[in-house]
Amino acid sequence: MSGGHGHVEQPASFAFSPENLAWAQKIIAKYPAGRQASAVLPLLDRAQRQHHNWLPRAAMDYVAGLLEMAPIRVYEVATFYSMFNLAPVGKWFLQVCTTTPCWLRGSDEVMAACERKLGIKGSGDASFLHSADGKFTVREVECLGTCVNAPVIQVNDDFYEDLDGPLTEKLIDALAKDAPPPKGSMKGRQGAMPEGGRTSLAGMAKAGGDK
Amino acid sequence: MLEDKDRIFTNLYGDGDWGLTGARARGDWDGTRELILKGRDWIVKEMQDSGLRGRGGAGFPTGMKWSFMPKTTPDGKPLDGRPHYLVVNADESEPGTCKDREILRHDPHKLVEGCLLAGVAMGAHAGYIYVRGEFYNEASHLEIAVQQAYEAGLIGKNACGSGWDFDLYVHRGAGAYICGEETALIESLEGKKGQPRLKPPFPAGMGLYGCPTTVNNVETIAVAPTILRRGATWFTSFGRPKNAGTKLFCISGHVNKPCTVEEAMSIPLKELIEKHCGGVRGGWDNLLAIIPGGASVPVLPKSICDTVLMDFDALREQRSGLGTAAVIVMDKSTDIVKAIARLSRFYMHESCGQCTPCREGTGWLWRVMQRMVKGQAELPEIDMLEEVTRQIEGHTICALGDAAAWPVQGLIRHFRPEMEARIRNYKAALQVARAAAE
Repeated sequence: MSGGHGHVEQPASFAFSPENLAWAQKIIAKYPAGRQASAVLPLLDRAQRQHHNWLPRAAMDYVAGLLEMAPIRVYEVATFYSMFNLAPVGKWFLQVCTTTPCWLRGSDEVMAACERKLGIKGSGDASFLHSADGKFTVREVECLGTCVNAPVIQVNDDFYEDLDGPLTEKLIDALAKDAPPPKGSMKGRQGAMPEGGRTSLAGMAKAGGDK
Repeated sequence: MLEDKDRIFTNLYGDGDWGLTGARARGDWDGTRELILKGRDWIVKEMQDSGLRGRGGAGFPTGMKWSFMPKTTPDGKPLDGRPHYLVVNADESEPGTCKDREILRHDPHKLVEGCLLAGVAMGAHAGYIYVRGEFYNEASHLEIAVQQAYEAGLIGKNACGSGWDFDLYVHRGAGAYICGEETALIESLEGKKGQPRLKPPFPAGMGLYGCPTTVNNVETIAVAPTILRRGATWFTSFGRPKNAGTKLFCISGHVNKPCTVEEAMSIPLKELIEKHCGGVRGGWDNLLAIIPGGASVPVLPKSICDTVLMDFDALREQRSGLGTAAVIVMDKSTDIVKAIARLSRFYMHESCGQCTPCREGTGWLWRVMQRMVKGQAELPEIDMLEEVTRQIEGHTICALGDAAAWPVQGLIRHFRPEMEARIRNYKAALQVARAAAE
C-alpha cells in the first residue's frame, strides 16, 4: 500500500523495453507452466524500475496482460505490498526505519535531520514526504532488518547504517550532489561486527583483514 | 565459550570471499555428493538426532518437520504425481532480527548447499528462496551464488554427480512482514496478496501450488550441511538438552557495541551481552529491560535478565521466548511504554487485514497505547487493554495477532506500576492546570 492518495497524473500506456521483456520471459520460466502469476512481484518491481521508481496503473494492466491475470488481482498485489510506489517519488527515495530497535538508537534524530535538511514535516505515519524541489522523498517505514546497524535509512536499493543526526545530514548533502557515499555503515564499521573490534572469528581477520 | 573452530558461520562479518571459491576454502560443498548418497532417511535421522529446532522463531524440531513430507518412489519420484517443494523463508522482518541478512550476503553458499540437502531429505527437486524485497543487495549475492552452483554442477541436473536433480530459484518479495508467515509466504509466491491460509491442510500435505511443501528459515537450512558433515553428536554438544547447537544472536538497542554473533545455545543472556557487546550502556545496573527474541516475544525486566539462559525452554519458563534470538536491550533512559507502543504501531501496519480481531485489534492497541504513553487514561483501562489482547490472541488465522498481543501483555505484566504512575501523574498535572486556570 503505497502513495496512491489523491489524484495522480497517469501515463496513457506502458510497455516493457525489449531488454526487460526478455528478462521477464526468463523470470516467468522459473515457475511451473500455468503458474505464471508467481512472477507478478518481480515483474511489477521491474516495471517500477523502468518507470522512474513508481508504478502507474498502465503498468499494472500491462503486467496483468503479460501474465494472463485479471487486472484486479494485480491491483490487489500492487496495493498490498509496501514497496510499490503508486505515485511519483523523488530521485532519492529515503525510507527511514523508525521501529523500536532503530528508535532506541536514535531514529528520532535521523528523522529530524531529514526534516531539517529537506524542509519536510513528518506526521508519525507512513506518508510520503516530498522536498520542495521534488528530488527527495522521505517515508517512515517499518523494520528494515538491519537492527544491529541501527538506525538505518534505505536510499533506493541501498542501506545506510549506523546513522545519527550529523551523518544523516552528510548523507543528504552527498545525495543532493548526486554523489551517494558507499553503501553500508556510515561509521566505517565492518558488517555486523562489534564496533572497534571482533570478539569472535579472530582467525578470519587474517583471511580478509579488518576494514 | 564457543570456540571459533565450532562456529558454523565463519564468514559472518564478510572477511573473506562470499563466492564459491571462498565458500569451498571454508569447507562448504565438501563431500556433498557422499551426504546425498547416504539417502533421504539418513539425512532426516541425523537432523532429528542433532536436535536442531527451527531458527525462524517457532523452534519446531527440523528433522521431524522434514519427516512429514510424503514418501517417494526409490528413485525420488512423487507417489501421487505432485512434485514436492522446498521453500526457504528469507523474509526476515521481525524487529530486532538481522541474522539471515548476514548469511545471504556473506555466506550464501551455506544456504544453497543446505537447500540441496534439504531437498533430498524431502524428496523435492525444486526449491524457492523467498527474500524480503528490501534486501536487494543481499538477494543479488544469493542469485550469484546460485548461478555459481549451477555452473559448477553442484545443483541442477545430477547435482554434485549424485544423480539427484535439483533446481533452485530466488524470489524477491515486495515489502510485507506477514509474508514471513509460512502460508502467507506461499500465497505471495503464487502471486497473490500475502494473506495466511487456514491450517489444516498443512503445507506438507498441500502447500505451494497445492503440492507437498516444507517452509524453513534461512539459518535452519544453512546450518544443515555442517551438521551433516560434523555429525549430530557434535551439534548436541552445545546447549542444554532439547536446545541443542549454536545460534546466531543479534543484539541491538542500548548496548555499547551492537552486533550479530554466533554463540552456543543456552548461553546466559548477561554473558552474551558482556562478552560480545561491551556490556549495557552505562553498565549492567543501568539495564531496564530486554526483549530477548524479536518484537513478538514479551519483554523481560532486569531481575529476570540477570540469570536467564538464552534458549527455547528457559525463556518459555519466563513466559517469553527465544523467537529469532534477536535481543533488544533497553537501558534506564528508555520510555518503556513508548518502546512497546511503537511495536503496536508496527503490528497495526503489518496486519494483513484478513481476520477482524487482528485488523481492528492492532489499530485499537496502537490508539490506546498512545494514550498510555502520556498517561491519558483511567486506571481500569490497563485491565481493559490486557483483556483486549486476550481477545486478539488465539482468535486469528495466523500468529500475527498473538505477536501483537504479547508485547503489550509483557509490558503490563512487568511494568504495570510504571503505567499506573503515568496515569496518576497525568491526572495530577491536569488538576494543577485546572486550579491555575480558576
